[in-house]
Amino acid sequence: MSQKNRIAGGQIDRDTPLNFTFDGKSYEGHAGDTLASALLANGVRLMGRSFKYHRPRGPLTAGSEEPNALVQLRSGARQEPNTRATTTELFGGLTATSQNKLGSLSFDLLAVNDRFSNFLTAGFYYKTFMWPAAFWEKVYEPIIRRAAGLGSLSLEDDPDVYDKGFLHCDLLIIGAGPSGLMAALTAARSGADVILADEDFRMGGRLNSETYEIDAASGADWARKTVAELANMPNVRLLPRTTVIGAFDHGIYGAVERVSDHVATPASGKPRQILWRIYSQKTVLAAGAIERPIAFDNNDRPGIMTASALRSYANRFGVAVDKRTVIFTNNDDGHRSAADLHAKGVRVIVIDTRMDARKSPDYEVLVGAQVINTLGRLGLTFVTVRLADGSERTIECGALGMAGGWNPNVHLTCHQRGRPTWNNALAAFVPGALPVGMLVAGAANGDLSTAGALAGGAAAARKALGLRGRLPALPLAEDAPIKVTPFWYVEGASRAWLDQQNDVTVKDVKLSYQEGFKSVEHLKRYTTLGMATDQGKTSNVGGLAIMAELAGKDIPEVGTTIFRPPYTPVAIGAFGGRHRGQEFHPKRLTPSHGWAEEQGAVFVEVGNWMRAQWFPKPGETSWRESVDREVLATRGSVGVCDVTTLGKVDVQGQDAATFLNMIYCNGFAKLPVGKSRYGLMLREDGIAMDDGTAARLAEDHFVVTTTTANAVSVYRHMEFVRQCLAPDLDVQLISTTESWAQYAVAGPKARRVLEKIVDQDISNDAFPFMACANITVCGGLRARLFRISFSGELAFEIAVPTAYGDALIRRIMTAGEEFDITPYGTEALGVMRIEKGHATGNELNGTTTAANLGMGRMVSTKKDSIGAILSRRSGLNTADDLRAVGIKPINHDDTVPAGSHLMNTGAPVDAAHDQGYVTSACYSPNLGHHIALAFLKDGENRIGDTMRLVSPLTGVDVEVEICSAHFIDPEGERLRA
Amino acid sequence: MIIDHPLLGPRDSAEFTYMGDARLIERPSPDAEDAAAAFYEYAYLRDNPAGLHRELWFHEAGDRSWLVVTRNTVTHEIAKVELATDVARAKGRST
Repeated sequence: MSQKNRIAGGQIDRDTPLNFTFDGKSYEGHAGDTLASALLANGVRLMGRSFKYHRPRGPLTAGSEEPNALVQLRSGARQEPNTRATTTELFGGLTATSQNKLGSLSFDLLAVNDRFSNFLTAGFYYKTFMWPAAFWEKVYEPIIRRAAGLGSLSLEDDPDVYDKGFLHCDLLIIGAGPSGLMAALTAARSGADVILADEDFRMGGRLNSETYEIDAASGADWARKTVAELANMPNVRLLPRTTVIGAFDHGIYGAVERVSDHVATPASGKPRQILWRIYSQKTVLAAGAIERPIAFDNNDRPGIMTASALRSYANRFGVAVDKRTVIFTNNDDGHRSAADLHAKGVRVIVIDTRMDARKSPDYEVLVGAQVINTLGRLGLTFVTVRLADGSERTIECGALGMAGGWNPNVHLTCHQRGRPTWNNALAAFVPGALPVGMLVAGAANGDLSTAGALAGGAAAARKALGLRGRLPALPLAEDAPIKVTPFWYVEGASRAWLDQQNDVTVKDVKLSYQEGFKSVEHLKRYTTLGMATDQGKTSNVGGLAIMAELAGKDIPEVGTTIFRPPYTPVAIGAFGGRHRGQEFHPKRLTPSHGWAEEQGAVFVEVGNWMRAQWFPKPGETSWRESVDREVLATRGSVGVCDVTTLGKVDVQGQDAATFLNMIYCNGFAKLPVGKSRYGLMLREDGIAMDDGTAARLAEDHFVVTTTTANAVSVYRHMEFVRQCLAPDLDVQLISTTESWAQYAVAGPKARRVLEKIVDQDISNDAFPFMACANITVCGGLRARLFRISFSGELAFEIAVPTAYGDALIRRIMTAGEEFDITPYGTEALGVMRIEKGHATGNELNGTTTAANLGMGRMVSTKKDSIGAILSRRSGLNTADDLRAVGIKPINHDDTVPAGSHLMNTGAPVDAAHDQGYVTSACYSPNLGHHIALAFLKDGENRIGDTMRLVSPLTGVDVEVEICSAHFIDPEGERLRA
Repeated sequence: MIIDHPLLGPRDSAEFTYMGDARLIERPSPDAEDAAAAFYEYAYLRDNPAGLHRELWFHEAGDRSWLVVTRNTVTHEIAKVELATDVARAKGRST
């Protein structure tokens, strides 16, 4: 028989039956059910196993504070562990499985842990797995890892899309219960832009779970009407299924909208979830309150839950968890649950701890009584009650509601370090210092009656928006006073659960206190009270109360842990949004990218750029074969390489040269128009920052180039110098990296190729080494030409507006056809610069100075520049300073890998005897063996020495000769040809 | 956080790059007797106040202004936002 516990009423759609499975068994529920309510309707109370002791567990709540009923939702790639059954909206075809079991849910082999609970108390692993130390990694940790954790991941790619979005509003209202709806109505009617967010799929909050009336209609009807009115207002945005997860600085809130979690698979084009960043002028927190349980022995059996959860299941979902129910309460609200259940035909007995509890004509009330134990292996069957006279009575029942009072939901008020304060009348924490711009209303503020919630919501909205004028009449609602007598746990209770998610009992808290972990922060970490997915929403205050009693203090004296974002767990996918896989970061393509793809280039990511790494030809079987060919062809005839990615900064103004003198350690004031110069930038601490060339195109116009990697940071630094250090120089900067497509054409035939393209004389006399000019190409297209060389060959760099980049590379290839022009990639570029001894980021690695690089004399003493003063510090100028040198293996078959260290022959191999290290290495096809660049102590005086190159980690140990870093054409004749 | 840019109005801090203490504007004179000591202090020594702190933010994803933001490091409250060029001029860096 299906849905044996379904009763009349509620807000489910009985005309829409939905089929679903749990642990492979099929069930039927209705639209409007949660997974938990549908399972309870079918008589299923057992939904999971506890974390440590593998005790059978069912739902403790009917909301997002749920510690127990965590299931694995869906299967395959969409499998989602640790999903709360109590908030999972039922859909047709839903599949869920239970977690944290070995065997079946009703016969869990790890339930043996429960028998050994005496050994598994708080801190057990700190004490137990101490020795032998060698056992930790091999024995203890694998066992613990296997047993720990709840659900499991599918380890497949999530097939769904997650999105991010931005929203702005005058007033953000968090929670759509009576106070949130009233705040929204008040604000919206005033014309303000309002966002109303609620984690539930049905707005209305507790109104959907109560039988109270508002304006002589049911609370649920009033909520439905109010939501309908708000939905029709253009200045209101309703966000159901949306959890506000954090209150951040300056009125910024994070929220997760579960767009498609309530359907089997997202509709086409719809994201699964959206992470919203909400910018609000003001915020009303109307997050309600959470009922807390009471600790007594074996209070964790399936069927035992908060009294308000039983009320929700009955009133909202039309489910009587069991026809024989006991309510254990310390306050009047427990009697409301009893009355509501009685009205639904449930036999109710109320156990009230108070001697002055009121009697009822409808149900039995045991005054001054306490539940002291329960029975039932996989679900509650009996409770044992100690009556006021000390005698015991056993009551048969399948559901027990715990009504321990209500905790205002202060979570978000703490996100800016606000600490909640204790309210004696409520025996609960209420909001303390609030984030700037936040107001709190309703139960979250300690106003636990419906009338109080409505009034509080209206008042908060008026205050937030500065509304004046007469207060409109509020809807009429119940206004019952709160009467609660604090009662946290039953005297003598031991295996009485406080935190069901982490299996923390009263005994554990006592043990923690006994062992000296008395501060609340220590208590939390020693026992894990309040950790994991529910963050102690139902357990923290109970733990504090027991701690306070042990310490003989009041609860506020013991203190409280504060909450941090997120309010409820957020899928990593939502944080990632669309930034995953290929979209993890932006991809920048060079102007020749399409052409390079046609050539079959292999690409490499350099920063965000995709650069051609090499261009394999048919028949080539290894990357080295392609790279060696590209290098030899370039040095033998001519090659071409896209160098667009190098940073380019236009520097213009009367004081441009003065400015360059400031940022470069070497001088630029005297650089003639039409000439380029190598420049080295230092950081203010004297360490090399970046290098490049600056070309003077006009008296007041330079083009500065940076390395690809530092294009952004160097530009930022230049703006810092301009705005913060020299605010009134006549100089303007603009980054033009993407504006110009730039190619290096290198090799002895480079001039012959370019002569066919440029519109002017580029003979050695007319356009010598380091010349630069604004020119035209192809009969009139504006271009820039620089005679600079990274490869060490006769070379030009030619730049045209980016839109012409593709056309230019094709034109260069055609012009170079007769010389077998060879496109080369970043690998060949690297080989040629190592052969030439040019530095890159490997050498300018954030620890090296101009002197280390062999450029110490470049730091001008005739002018001020960034880093000049501190570069002269004695600590950076010792006699045995590192110097850039070249390395070649004595045995030409040996490699000389980067990262290896240089040692004196015969000296011990250890850090104390370290002489230097290799920064860049490659195979030189021109020399026929491997070569490397290195930093070596006193390197300039050790040319010709034989040393030992080692890398103990990778097994390198070879003899090398120290040589000049300039392996090819040390005199630079080729450059000037 | 939201930074109220003097030219552009309120902008999300995600548009900015942070550099730290605004005293970096007060670069010492390289010609002074004690230039080495002054530069050592300038380059390495920073206050780390729990409270108001003047710091440099660069509007990298915006108009490329360097700003001096006076921010409470405890509460993130922003008391004042100035253009760094104005601060630099006020510090006599015009010459």
